[in-house]
Amino acid sequence: MALKPRQRRRLIRALMYGIFVAGFLLTIIVADWARIQRLFFNVDVMQQMLPDVLAIAARNTLVYTAGSFSFGLVLALILALMKLSTIKPYRLFATWYIELFRGLPALITIILFGFGLPIAFDGFRLPGGTLVTGSLALGVVAAAYMAETIRAGVLAVPRGQTEAARSLGMSSSRALASIVLPQAFRIIIPPLTNEFVLLIKDTSLLFVLGTTPLTKELTKFARDFMTTTRNATPLTVAAIVYLLITLPLTYLVRRLERRAAVSR
Amino acid sequence: MTSAIEIVDLHKYFGELEVLKGIDCQVAEREVVCVIGPSGSGKSTLLRCVNRLEEPTSGTILIEGEDITDPDADVDRLRIRIGMVFQQFNLFPHLNVLRNLTIAQTKVLKRSQDEANEVARAVMERVGLLDKIDEYPIRLSGGQQQRVAIARALAMNPDMMLFDEPTSALDPELIGEVLDVMRGLARDGMTMMVVTHEMSFAREVADRVVFMDDGVVVEEGPPNETLTNPKTDRARRFLRMVQEK
Repeated sequence: MALKPRQRRRLIRALMYGIFVAGFLLTIIVADWARIQRLFFNVDVMQQMLPDVLAIAARNTLVYTAGSFSFGLVLALILALMKLSTIKPYRLFATWYIELFRGLPALITIILFGFGLPIAFDGFRLPGGTLVTGSLALGVVAAAYMAETIRAGVLAVPRGQTEAARSLGMSSSRALASIVLPQAFRIIIPPLTNEFVLLIKDTSLLFVLGTTPLTKELTKFARDFMTTTRNATPLTVAAIVYLLITLPLTYLVRRLERRAAVSR
Repeated sequence: MTSAIEIVDLHKYFGELEVLKGIDCQVAEREVVCVIGPSGSGKSTLLRCVNRLEEPTSGTILIEGEDITDPDADVDRLRIRIGMVFQQFNLFPHLNVLRNLTIAQTKVLKRSQDEANEVARAVMERVGLLDKIDEYPIRLSGGQQQRVAIARALAMNPDMMLFDEPTSALDPELIGEVLDVMRGLARDGMTMMVVTHEMSFAREVADRVVFMDDGVVVEEGPPNETLTNPKTDRARRFLRMVQEK
């Protein structure tokens, strides 16, 4: 049977809708909703989790993120400047650093900081517990990614800006600090915010450092709660809290990117 | 009397390409020199060598008798005396006009913020844009941006000013206001070296015109000679082409 192209397109479209609706209905019919509700959306369990899930777990997640982000940002700035430097060993070091830590799983870096350092330096332990060790480890990883972002931002500032600054008698470092970097950071706020969101999720790896009831972040908190209650609701709660933090941020990034696109 | 700018046997290579092939040129104090010539002749490169935005390959440039090409020269300090205006304005887009005008005053000259603000207002008055002092550059027209750029250079109280094709990026109807400001500066006795395609401006304002072609100074002299009765063929051809435009 020969179909006209338009009829053919319509038929394919109808089929695709049909498959989607059928899959949806099938899931609804087959699923045991009472069971799912009991195991994943159990109000009793939710109530048990409060207030610790917010006061301790979510708070720790945010504190670890802030710690690793601020440390990572400073380190990234140094690395970006090293990579832009005219001094070759600096450039090489920054390149190797970036390739190394982008190539390794973050988990390995965290374990190195938590357990490698004490072995290597005979019992040496970083002070400050999970916050410091975790922030350092995650910051070291994030810096590798953010360094490339910052470097791209610096290169995106037109050369004429530096020339104008230099022609006014500014030294190269003054021109960088007062003229180039402020413009570079304006350009890279969206990708840096993205990096922040990635870090929020990566803090879930910090459980390998070992935890006490007071140092658990969201994921570890949820997993432990799941074990004690033999119920999956804690995972649902943790997921919701993560989304409450990350969705507004990704929305913000989209807005910033759109604004940057308009102003250009 | 020492010249404001004295250029001696200046050579500049970009890789294999020789862009300046032995330039000798002086600009006296309070003199206005216009550098003209076809594009690619090395005019802008010459100007950019004067404050060492471009590194000369060989040769000497003296700024009020001080050698800026000396490897030990304090270039940042010498640049304070040399105001520069760019074709693309190069205002700082993240700062408003006032901050554009004060940032180098406070960070380089170490003036107090109050003093810098006062100087900024005075030079903005001079370029006729005092009412725009709180705007951001993006809100200004091209001509206004270029006048702010001139004001920014003036705020450093330079002894001389370099203009690198200051009207080439402007819409035709905005050129006049920038040239007016430059005319005013010349009248007030500012030492100026101007790379330009505005022949009528050169004829009217310049004390001397330098014609460059292919990396050398082909001819120089007072505008009514060099622009009216050029001695060399090359200058004659160039001027005929410009006038036919």
